[in-house]
Amino acid sequence: MSGPHVALNNSEQSSDTRERYLISCVQSGQHELFYELVRPYERRVYAAAFTILRNEHDAEDAAQEAMLKAFKSIQQFRAEARFSTWLIQITVNESLMRRRRERTVVMEPMDNRRDAAGSGEDSEYAPRDFADWREIPSEALERKEVRQRLAEALGTLDRKYREVFVMRDMEHLNIQETAEALGISVASVKTRLLRARLMLRDLLAAGWKQGWFSRVPFEKGAKPW
Amino acid sequence: MVNHESLNCQEVWHEISNYVDGEVGASLRSRMDEHFPTCPHCASMLAGTRNIVQLYGDERMLEVPAGFSQRLEKRLERKLKPEAGEKRFWKAVSRSSPWSSWSAWLIPVAAIALFVGTLALVDTLTFKFPAKSVMAELGNNIPPDMLVVVSDGSKVFHVAGCRFIHDKATQRTITAKQAMLDGYVPCSRCMRKYLKASRSGQSAFDSARADEEEDQEEILSTAGN
Repeated sequence: MSGPHVALNNSEQSSDTRERYLISCVQSGQHELFYELVRPYERRVYAAAFTILRNEHDAEDAAQEAMLKAFKSIQQFRAEARFSTWLIQITVNESLMRRRRERTVVMEPMDNRRDAAGSGEDSEYAPRDFADWREIPSEALERKEVRQRLAEALGTLDRKYREVFVMRDMEHLNIQETAEALGISVASVKTRLLRARLMLRDLLAAGWKQGWFSRVPFEKGAKPW
Repeated sequence: MVNHESLNCQEVWHEISNYVDGEVGASLRSRMDEHFPTCPHCASMLAGTRNIVQLYGDERMLEVPAGFSQRLEKRLERKLKPEAGEKRFWKAVSRSSPWSSWSAWLIPVAAIALFVGTLALVDTLTFKFPAKSVMAELGNNIPPDMLVVVSDGSKVFHVAGCRFIHDKATQRTITAKQAMLDGYVPCSRCMRKYLKASRSGQSAFDSARADEEEDQEEILSTAGN
Protein backbone atom coordinates (compact mmCIF):
# COMPACT_ATOMS: atom_id res chain seq x y z
CA MET A 1 0.00 0.00 0.00
CA SER A 2 1.37 3.39 -0.90
CA GLY A 3 2.02 6.24 1.51
CA PRO A 4 -0.90 8.54 0.61
CA HIS A 5 -3.35 5.63 0.87
CA VAL A 6 -2.10 4.80 4.33
CA ALA A 7 -2.44 8.43 5.33
CA LEU A 8 -5.95 8.57 3.93
CA ASN A 9 -6.99 5.39 5.70
CA ASN A 10 -5.50 6.57 8.95
CA SER A 11 -7.27 9.88 8.58
CA GLU A 12 -10.59 8.13 7.85
CA GLN A 13 -10.05 5.81 10.77
CA SER A 14 -9.27 8.69 13.10
CA SER A 15 -12.32 10.56 11.82
CA ASP A 16 -14.49 7.48 12.51
CA THR A 17 -12.99 7.10 15.97
CA ARG A 18 -13.61 10.74 16.74
CA GLU A 19 -17.19 10.46 15.51
CA ARG A 20 -17.82 7.43 17.72
CA TYR A 21 -16.29 9.31 20.65
CA LEU A 22 -18.50 12.36 20.02
CA ILE A 23 -21.60 10.18 19.75
CA SER A 24 -20.90 8.53 23.09
CA CYS A 25 -20.22 11.94 24.68
CA VAL A 26 -23.53 13.35 23.45
CA GLN A 27 -25.37 10.19 24.47
CA SER A 28 -23.94 10.49 27.97
CA GLY A 29 -25.13 14.06 28.36
CA GLN A 30 -22.50 16.36 26.82
CA HIS A 31 -25.07 17.97 24.59
CA GLU A 32 -22.87 20.93 23.71
CA LEU A 33 -20.81 18.57 21.51
CA PHE A 34 -23.75 17.77 19.26
CA TYR A 35 -23.03 20.53 16.75
CA GLU A 36 -19.44 19.35 16.45
CA LEU A 37 -20.79 15.89 15.69
CA VAL A 38 -23.16 16.99 12.92
CA ARG A 39 -21.11 19.83 11.44
CA PRO A 40 -19.35 17.63 8.83
CA TYR A 41 -22.75 16.58 7.48
CA GLU A 42 -24.60 19.89 7.41
CA ARG A 43 -24.13 20.29 3.65
CA ARG A 44 -25.38 16.79 2.96
CA VAL A 45 -28.34 17.29 5.23
CA TYR A 46 -29.28 20.52 3.48
CA ALA A 47 -28.83 18.98 0.03
CA ALA A 48 -31.08 16.05 0.93
CA ALA A 49 -33.78 18.41 2.18
CA PHE A 50 -33.45 20.69 -0.87
CA THR A 51 -33.73 17.77 -3.28
CA ILE A 52 -37.13 16.92 -1.86
CA LEU A 53 -38.52 20.37 -1.06
CA ARG A 54 -36.97 22.40 -3.92
CA ASN A 55 -37.06 25.59 -1.89
CA GLU A 56 -34.12 27.11 -0.05
CA HIS A 57 -36.08 28.39 2.92
CA ASP A 58 -38.07 25.19 3.44
CA ALA A 59 -34.95 23.08 2.97
CA GLU A 60 -33.02 25.06 5.57
CA ASP A 61 -35.86 24.81 8.05
CA ALA A 62 -36.25 21.08 7.42
CA ALA A 63 -32.50 20.57 7.77
CA GLN A 64 -32.46 22.35 11.13
CA GLU A 65 -35.50 20.42 12.32
CA ALA A 66 -33.91 17.15 11.22
CA MET A 67 -30.80 17.98 13.25
CA LEU A 68 -32.94 18.63 16.33
CA LYS A 69 -34.82 15.38 15.81
CA ALA A 70 -31.51 13.58 15.48
CA PHE A 71 -30.45 15.10 18.78
CA LYS A 72 -33.65 14.01 20.51
CA SER A 73 -33.24 10.47 19.16
CA ILE A 74 -29.49 10.17 19.68
CA GLN A 75 -29.99 7.58 22.42
CA GLN A 76 -31.61 5.30 19.86
CA PHE A 77 -28.65 5.46 17.49
CA ARG A 78 -26.77 2.16 17.36
CA ALA A 79 -23.15 1.84 16.32
CA GLU A 80 -23.86 -0.73 13.61
CA ALA A 81 -25.34 1.99 11.39
CA ARG A 82 -23.37 4.82 9.81
CA PHE A 83 -24.14 8.07 11.59
CA SER A 84 -24.27 10.00 8.31
CA THR A 85 -26.78 7.55 6.86
CA TRP A 86 -28.91 7.74 9.97
CA LEU A 87 -28.84 11.54 9.82
CA ILE A 88 -29.73 11.64 6.12
CA GLN A 89 -32.61 9.21 6.67
CA ILE A 90 -34.02 11.46 9.39
CA THR A 91 -33.69 14.42 7.02
CA VAL A 92 -35.42 12.59 4.19
CA ASN A 93 -38.27 11.57 6.51
CA GLU A 94 -38.65 15.11 7.80
CA SER A 95 -38.63 16.56 4.27
CA LEU A 96 -41.08 14.01 2.89
CA MET A 97 -43.38 14.64 5.83
CA ARG A 98 -43.26 18.39 5.19
CA ARG A 99 -43.96 17.93 1.53
CA ARG A 100 -46.98 15.81 2.33
CA ARG A 101 -48.15 18.24 5.01
CA GLU A 102 -47.76 21.36 2.96
CA ARG A 103 -49.06 19.64 -0.16
CA THR A 104 -46.26 21.27 -2.08
CA VAL A 105 -46.83 21.06 -5.77
CA VAL A 106 -43.44 20.80 -7.40
CA MET A 107 -43.62 22.08 -10.93
CA GLU A 108 -41.71 19.71 -13.12
CA PRO A 109 -40.60 20.57 -16.65
CA MET A 110 -43.22 19.39 -19.15
CA ASP A 111 -40.77 17.31 -21.16
CA ASN A 112 -39.64 15.33 -18.18
CA ARG A 113 -43.18 14.79 -16.98
CA ARG A 114 -44.06 13.38 -20.35
CA ASP A 115 -40.93 11.25 -20.32
CA ALA A 116 -41.76 9.86 -16.94
CA ALA A 117 -45.38 9.28 -17.77
CA GLY A 118 -44.82 7.93 -21.22
CA SER A 119 -42.30 5.28 -20.39
CA GLY A 120 -42.04 2.51 -17.91
CA GLU A 121 -38.96 2.34 -15.78
CA ASP A 122 -37.99 -0.97 -17.28
CA SER A 123 -38.19 0.07 -20.94
CA GLU A 124 -34.97 0.11 -22.90
CA TYR A 125 -32.79 3.17 -23.01
CA ALA A 126 -31.08 4.53 -26.09
CA PRO A 127 -28.45 7.22 -25.53
CA ARG A 128 -28.82 10.38 -27.57
CA ASP A 129 -25.26 11.53 -27.50
CA PHE A 130 -21.92 9.83 -27.65
CA ALA A 131 -19.65 12.79 -26.96
CA ASP A 132 -16.34 11.90 -25.47
CA TRP A 133 -16.60 12.72 -21.81
CA ARG A 134 -13.19 11.69 -20.77
CA GLU A 135 -11.96 15.25 -21.07
CA ILE A 136 -13.96 16.68 -18.19
CA PRO A 137 -11.71 17.21 -15.21
CA SER A 138 -13.10 17.46 -11.69
CA GLU A 139 -11.27 20.81 -11.43
CA ALA A 140 -14.11 22.17 -13.55
CA LEU A 141 -16.14 22.20 -10.35
CA GLU A 142 -14.05 25.09 -9.10
CA ARG A 143 -16.09 27.22 -11.49
CA LYS A 144 -19.37 28.38 -10.10
CA GLU A 145 -20.84 28.41 -13.59
CA VAL A 146 -20.17 24.69 -13.97
CA ARG A 147 -21.70 23.88 -10.61
CA GLN A 148 -24.72 25.92 -11.58
CA ARG A 149 -25.10 24.04 -14.87
CA LEU A 150 -24.91 20.73 -13.07
CA ALA A 151 -27.49 21.85 -10.50
CA GLU A 152 -29.81 23.09 -13.27
CA ALA A 153 -29.56 19.80 -15.12
CA LEU A 154 -30.37 17.92 -11.93
CA GLY A 155 -33.32 20.22 -11.34
CA THR A 156 -34.88 19.26 -14.67
CA LEU A 157 -35.11 15.58 -13.74
CA ASP A 158 -38.39 14.15 -12.65
CA ARG A 159 -38.64 14.04 -8.84
CA LYS A 160 -38.47 10.26 -8.55
CA TYR A 161 -35.22 10.12 -10.53
CA ARG A 162 -33.74 13.16 -8.83
CA GLU A 163 -34.35 11.87 -5.32
CA VAL A 164 -32.74 8.51 -5.97
CA PHE A 165 -29.80 10.13 -7.73
CA VAL A 166 -29.16 12.59 -4.89
CA MET A 167 -29.42 9.95 -2.16
CA ARG A 168 -27.16 7.55 -3.99
CA ASP A 169 -24.62 9.70 -5.81
CA MET A 170 -24.53 12.88 -3.74
CA GLU A 171 -25.40 11.64 -0.26
CA HIS A 172 -23.49 8.39 -0.88
CA LEU A 173 -26.10 6.12 0.65
CA ASN A 174 -25.87 2.57 -0.67
CA ILE A 175 -28.64 0.99 -2.71
CA GLN A 176 -30.32 -0.62 0.31
CA GLU A 177 -30.12 2.57 2.39
CA THR A 178 -31.53 4.63 -0.47
CA ALA A 179 -34.42 2.21 -0.84
CA GLU A 180 -35.16 2.38 2.89
CA ALA A 181 -34.86 6.17 3.04
CA LEU A 182 -37.28 6.69 0.17
CA GLY A 183 -39.54 3.76 0.93
CA ILE A 184 -39.10 2.06 -2.46
CA SER A 185 -37.71 -1.30 -3.59
CA VAL A 186 -34.05 -2.00 -4.31
CA ALA A 187 -34.97 -2.80 -7.93
CA SER A 188 -36.66 0.61 -8.31
CA VAL A 189 -33.59 2.32 -6.90
CA LYS A 190 -31.37 0.61 -9.47
CA THR A 191 -33.65 1.39 -12.39
CA ARG A 192 -34.21 5.01 -11.42
CA LEU A 193 -30.54 5.50 -10.77
CA LEU A 194 -29.64 4.19 -14.21
CA ARG A 195 -32.18 6.54 -15.77
CA ALA A 196 -31.05 9.52 -13.76
CA ARG A 197 -27.39 9.00 -14.57
CA LEU A 198 -28.01 8.53 -18.27
CA MET A 199 -30.42 11.48 -18.50
CA LEU A 200 -27.88 13.71 -16.81
CA ARG A 201 -25.19 12.37 -19.09
CA ASP A 202 -27.25 13.22 -22.14
CA LEU A 203 -28.17 16.67 -20.86
CA LEU A 204 -24.63 17.58 -19.98
CA ALA A 205 -22.94 15.88 -22.93
CA ALA A 206 -24.96 18.01 -25.33
CA GLY A 207 -24.06 21.06 -23.32
CA TRP A 208 -20.45 20.09 -23.27
CA LYS A 209 -20.30 20.16 -27.07
CA GLN A 210 -22.09 23.51 -27.31
CA GLY A 211 -20.25 25.22 -24.54
CA TRP A 212 -20.22 24.96 -20.79
CA PHE A 213 -23.06 22.61 -19.96
CA SER A 214 -25.84 24.72 -21.43
CA ARG A 215 -29.08 22.84 -20.74
CA VAL A 216 -30.63 21.14 -23.71
CA PRO A 217 -33.92 19.56 -22.77
CA PHE A 218 -35.12 16.53 -24.60
CA GLU A 219 -36.92 17.30 -27.81
CA LYS A 220 -40.66 17.53 -27.56
CA GLY A 221 -42.33 14.26 -28.38
CA ALA A 222 -39.10 12.33 -28.39
CA LYS A 223 -38.73 9.32 -26.19
CA PRO A 224 -35.07 8.50 -25.90
CA TRP A 225 -35.95 5.30 -24.10
CA MET B 1 -23.23 0.46 -33.46
CA VAL B 2 -21.25 -2.68 -32.78
CA ASN B 3 -23.01 -5.96 -32.27
CA HIS B 4 -21.36 -8.56 -30.16
CA GLU B 5 -22.46 -12.13 -30.13
CA SER B 6 -22.03 -12.40 -26.45
CA LEU B 7 -23.37 -8.98 -25.36
CA ASN B 8 -25.14 -6.28 -27.34
CA CYS B 9 -25.09 -2.53 -26.69
CA GLN B 10 -28.64 -2.48 -25.28
CA GLU B 11 -27.63 -4.98 -22.65
CA VAL B 12 -24.57 -2.93 -21.83
CA TRP B 13 -26.58 0.28 -21.44
CA HIS B 14 -29.05 -1.51 -19.23
CA GLU B 15 -26.33 -2.62 -16.87
CA ILE B 16 -23.92 0.29 -17.15
CA SER B 17 -25.02 1.92 -13.90
CA ASN B 18 -24.69 -1.34 -11.97
CA TYR B 19 -21.31 -1.84 -13.63
CA VAL B 20 -20.09 1.54 -12.36
CA ASP B 21 -21.34 0.66 -8.87
CA GLY B 22 -19.72 -2.77 -8.93
CA GLU B 23 -23.15 -4.37 -8.68
CA VAL B 24 -22.81 -6.85 -11.56
CA GLY B 25 -21.73 -10.45 -11.28
CA ALA B 26 -18.26 -11.60 -12.29
CA SER B 27 -19.40 -13.19 -15.55
CA LEU B 28 -21.33 -10.13 -16.75
CA ARG B 29 -18.52 -7.81 -15.70
CA SER B 30 -16.04 -9.84 -17.71
CA ARG B 31 -18.23 -9.70 -20.83
CA MET B 32 -18.71 -5.94 -20.42
CA ASP B 33 -14.98 -5.50 -19.91
CA GLU B 34 -14.47 -7.20 -23.26
CA HIS B 35 -17.16 -5.09 -24.93
CA PHE B 36 -16.01 -1.56 -24.03
CA PRO B 37 -12.64 -1.52 -25.87
CA THR B 38 -14.36 -2.62 -29.06
CA CYS B 39 -17.34 -0.21 -28.93
CA PRO B 40 -16.64 3.55 -28.91
CA HIS B 41 -20.28 4.39 -28.16
CA CYS B 42 -20.49 2.19 -25.11
CA ALA B 43 -17.06 3.37 -24.00
CA SER B 44 -18.32 6.95 -24.27
CA MET B 45 -21.42 5.99 -22.27
CA LEU B 46 -19.25 4.46 -19.59
CA ALA B 47 -16.97 7.49 -19.41
CA GLY B 48 -19.95 9.83 -19.29
CA THR B 49 -21.67 7.87 -16.53
CA ARG B 50 -18.50 7.76 -14.49
CA ASN B 51 -18.06 11.50 -14.98
CA ILE B 52 -21.59 12.14 -13.77
CA VAL B 53 -21.03 10.03 -10.67
CA GLN B 54 -17.71 11.71 -10.01
CA LEU B 55 -18.83 15.30 -10.63
CA TYR B 56 -22.06 15.11 -8.63
CA GLY B 57 -20.41 13.07 -5.89
CA ASP B 58 -18.00 15.91 -5.20
CA GLU B 59 -18.50 17.75 -1.93
CA ARG B 60 -18.35 21.05 -3.80
CA MET B 61 -21.71 20.25 -5.41
CA LEU B 62 -23.37 20.47 -2.01
CA GLU B 63 -23.73 24.19 -1.67
CA VAL B 64 -25.60 25.71 1.23
CA PRO B 65 -27.07 29.23 1.40
CA ALA B 66 -24.88 31.96 2.89
CA GLY B 67 -25.03 31.97 6.68
CA PHE B 68 -26.55 28.48 6.85
CA SER B 69 -23.96 27.11 9.27
CA GLN B 70 -24.25 30.07 11.63
CA ARG B 71 -28.03 29.88 11.69
CA LEU B 72 -27.95 26.14 12.30
CA GLU B 73 -25.43 26.50 15.10
CA LYS B 74 -27.51 29.24 16.72
CA ARG B 75 -30.71 27.23 16.57
CA LEU B 76 -29.03 24.17 18.02
CA GLU B 77 -27.46 26.32 20.72
CA ARG B 78 -30.82 27.86 21.62
CA LYS B 79 -32.50 24.47 21.84
CA LEU B 80 -29.74 22.52 23.49
CA LYS B 81 -28.13 24.97 25.90
CA PRO B 82 -30.85 25.30 28.57
CA GLU B 83 -31.29 21.56 28.75
CA ALA B 84 -27.57 20.96 28.70
CA GLY B 85 -26.96 23.64 31.31
CA GLU B 86 -29.62 22.27 33.61
CA LYS B 87 -28.36 18.73 33.36
CA ARG B 88 -24.78 19.85 33.88
CA PHE B 89 -25.86 21.74 36.99
CA TRP B 90 -27.60 18.75 38.54
CA LYS B 91 -24.77 16.49 37.54
CA ALA B 92 -22.27 18.85 39.15
CA VAL B 93 -24.37 19.07 42.27
CA SER B 94 -24.66 15.34 42.60
CA ARG B 95 -20.97 14.83 41.86
CA SER B 96 -19.53 17.52 44.12
CA SER B 97 -22.03 17.30 46.95
CA PRO B 98 -21.47 14.97 49.91
CA TRP B 99 -25.27 14.63 50.31
CA SER B 100 -25.55 11.99 47.62
CA SER B 101 -25.11 9.28 50.29
CA TRP B 102 -27.98 8.61 52.73
CA SER B 103 -25.59 8.18 55.64
CA ALA B 104 -24.40 11.76 55.17
CA TRP B 105 -27.87 12.96 56.16
CA LEU B 106 -27.65 11.30 59.62
CA ILE B 107 -25.60 14.13 61.17
CA PRO B 108 -27.92 17.05 60.25
CA VAL B 109 -31.00 15.01 61.14
CA ALA B 110 -29.54 14.23 64.55
CA ALA B 111 -28.63 17.90 65.07
CA ILE B 112 -32.17 19.03 64.21
CA ALA B 113 -33.66 16.42 66.59
CA LEU B 114 -31.38 17.64 69.39
CA PHE B 115 -32.35 21.27 68.79
CA VAL B 116 -36.07 20.51 68.78
CA GLY B 117 -35.68 18.42 71.96
CA THR B 118 -33.86 21.26 73.73
CA LEU B 119 -36.61 23.72 72.79
CA ALA B 120 -39.25 21.36 74.17
CA LEU B 121 -37.33 20.96 77.43
CA VAL B 122 -36.88 24.74 77.88
CA ASP B 123 -40.55 25.22 77.16
CA THR B 124 -41.47 22.73 79.85
CA LEU B 125 -39.24 24.28 82.50
CA THR B 126 -40.07 27.93 81.86
CA PHE B 127 -42.77 29.72 84.02
CA LYS B 128 -45.77 30.76 82.05
CA PHE B 129 -48.17 33.54 82.89
CA PRO B 130 -51.70 32.33 83.24
CA ALA B 131 -53.64 32.58 80.06
CA LYS B 132 -55.73 35.67 79.75
CA SER B 133 -59.36 35.60 78.83
CA VAL B 134 -60.40 36.07 75.27
CA MET B 135 -61.85 39.45 76.09
CA ALA B 136 -58.64 40.58 77.81
CA GLU B 137 -56.82 39.91 74.59
CA LEU B 138 -59.06 42.47 72.94
CA GLY B 139 -57.64 45.30 75.00
CA ASN B 140 -54.43 45.42 73.07
CA ASN B 141 -55.07 48.89 71.70
CA ILE B 142 -55.88 50.43 75.10
CA PRO B 143 -53.03 52.66 76.36
CA PRO B 144 -51.48 50.70 79.25
CA ASP B 145 -51.18 53.78 81.48
CA MET B 146 -54.77 54.85 80.98
CA LEU B 147 -56.69 55.07 84.23
CA VAL B 148 -59.74 52.81 84.31
CA VAL B 149 -62.35 51.89 86.88
CA VAL B 150 -63.03 48.38 88.19
CA SER B 151 -65.53 47.22 90.75
CA ASP B 152 -66.38 44.11 92.74
CA GLY B 153 -68.69 41.55 91.24
CA SER B 154 -67.59 42.11 87.66
CA LYS B 155 -64.45 41.46 85.67
CA VAL B 156 -65.06 44.43 83.34
CA PHE B 157 -63.13 47.69 83.51
CA HIS B 158 -64.54 51.02 82.42
CA VAL B 159 -63.64 54.66 81.88
CA ALA B 160 -64.63 56.78 84.87
CA GLY B 161 -68.31 57.67 84.77
CA CYS B 162 -69.44 54.80 82.55
CA ARG B 163 -73.04 53.99 83.33
CA PHE B 164 -72.35 50.28 83.06
CA ILE B 165 -70.02 50.09 86.09
CA HIS B 166 -71.31 47.05 87.95
CA ASP B 167 -71.03 48.21 91.55
CA LYS B 168 -70.25 51.89 91.85
CA ALA B 169 -69.86 51.58 95.61
CA THR B 170 -66.81 49.36 95.28
CA GLN B 171 -65.28 51.04 92.27
CA ARG B 172 -61.60 51.87 92.33
CA THR B 173 -59.18 53.32 89.79
CA ILE B 174 -56.20 51.40 88.41
CA THR B 175 -54.22 51.45 85.15
CA ALA B 176 -55.56 49.57 82.15
CA LYS B 177 -52.43 47.41 82.14
CA GLN B 178 -53.03 46.38 85.74
CA ALA B 179 -56.69 45.73 85.02
CA MET B 180 -55.87 43.40 82.21
CA LEU B 181 -53.19 41.63 84.24
CA ASP B 182 -55.82 41.08 86.91
CA GLY B 183 -58.08 39.45 84.35
CA TYR B 184 -60.45 42.35 83.68
CA VAL B 185 -61.78 42.90 80.18
CA PRO B 186 -62.66 46.28 78.69
CA CYS B 187 -66.24 47.43 78.67
CA SER B 188 -67.58 47.18 75.17
CA ARG B 189 -69.57 50.39 75.60
CA CYS B 190 -67.17 52.92 77.04
CA MET B 191 -64.07 51.26 75.53
CA ARG B 192 -65.67 50.83 72.14
CA LYS B 193 -63.22 53.01 70.26
CA TYR B 194 -60.28 50.94 71.51
CA LEU B 195 -61.92 47.65 70.77
CA LYS B 196 -62.91 48.25 67.17
CA ALA B 197 -59.35 47.99 65.86
CA SER B 198 -58.62 44.94 67.95
CA ARG B 199 -61.81 43.11 67.00
CA SER B 200 -61.34 43.56 63.33
CA GLY B 201 -58.72 40.82 63.43
CA GLN B 202 -60.72 38.46 65.63
CA SER B 203 -62.84 35.63 64.48
CA ALA B 204 -66.58 35.91 64.34
CA PHE B 205 -66.71 33.43 67.21
CA ASP B 206 -64.66 35.68 69.51
CA SER B 207 -66.71 38.66 68.51
CA ALA B 208 -69.94 36.92 69.29
CA ARG B 209 -68.59 35.73 72.61
CA ALA B 210 -67.60 39.29 73.60
CA ASP B 211 -71.02 40.57 72.68
CA GLU B 212 -72.59 37.86 74.79
CA GLU B 213 -70.50 38.81 77.85
CA GLU B 214 -71.29 42.46 77.27
CA ASP B 215 -74.99 41.81 77.19
CA GLN B 216 -74.76 39.75 80.33
CA GLU B 217 -72.89 42.60 82.05
CA GLU B 218 -75.48 45.09 80.94
CA ILE B 219 -78.24 42.95 82.39
CA LEU B 220 -76.36 42.62 85.65
CA SER B 221 -75.60 46.34 85.71
CA THR B 222 -79.23 47.19 85.16
CA ALA B 223 -80.27 44.76 87.83
CA GLY B 224 -77.75 46.31 90.28
CA ASN B 225 -79.04 49.76 89.71
